[in-house]
Amino acid sequence: MPVPFVAVTPAPLDATALVAALSECGSRDGAVITFLGLVRNHNLGRAVRFLEYEAYEPLAVRALEQIVREVGDTWAETRLALHHRTGRLEIGEASVVIVAASPHRADAFAACRYAIERVKQMVPVWKREHFEGGDVWLEGATVPADDAEARATARRIACG
Amino acid sequence: MRLFARLHDLAGAGELTRDVSEPATVATVWSALVNDCPALAAYEPSMSVAVNAEYARMHAAVQEGDEVAFMPPVSGG
Repeated sequence: MPVPFVAVTPAPLDATALVAALSECGSRDGAVITFLGLVRNHNLGRAVRFLEYEAYEPLAVRALEQIVREVGDTWAETRLALHHRTGRLEIGEASVVIVAASPHRADAFAACRYAIERVKQMVPVWKREHFEGGDVWLEGATVPADDAEARATARRIACG
Repeated sequence: MRLFARLHDLAGAGELTRDVSEPATVATVWSALVNDCPALAAYEPSMSVAVNAEYARMHAAVQEGDEVAFMPPVSGG
């Protein structure tokens, strides 16, 4: 079965497979950038034991597809693949993998950075941090998916 | 109704069903929920809502059988 470019899945993420899937699409690429978001062992002074991710899956998939479209609109020759994991993740495991392929490295780096900023702004995924002594749902952004200002902010961060 | 993350914890369930009088909106459904679980009210300014897995606003109309989702601020990545 071909690897989908967008997925929300409880299965371990496979960056290599995603790179291969995206690379099959063309030989015009001069750069492929991979970003892995990992579960780290500390947060806000707390010793983290593990994280638990929950998603509203159908809406999260649509939001990831929207990010892929936005990248295509902004960096015309750049293609993106984006997988987010759900369920219990141990320290060091990848919660998100983003791959950007482009004829030029600057666009691939920028698209990758843009995509993770957009994930954090508006994809309906939540993490519950289990730390030494308790647990807490983390709450970050509330941005409508169609908010132009949020897109502009992500683009500014991406383009430095 | 679908409730996620902390909203799920506060309501004690992630999936709930409510009968509301018609014509109904997302706000009508939310009011019924807050009536049963007042602790949810604090989330009203910061939450997002969806109808049938599409982002929506509080004034959006709701039909019988629709899935209405209430979501706290996201924290993916």
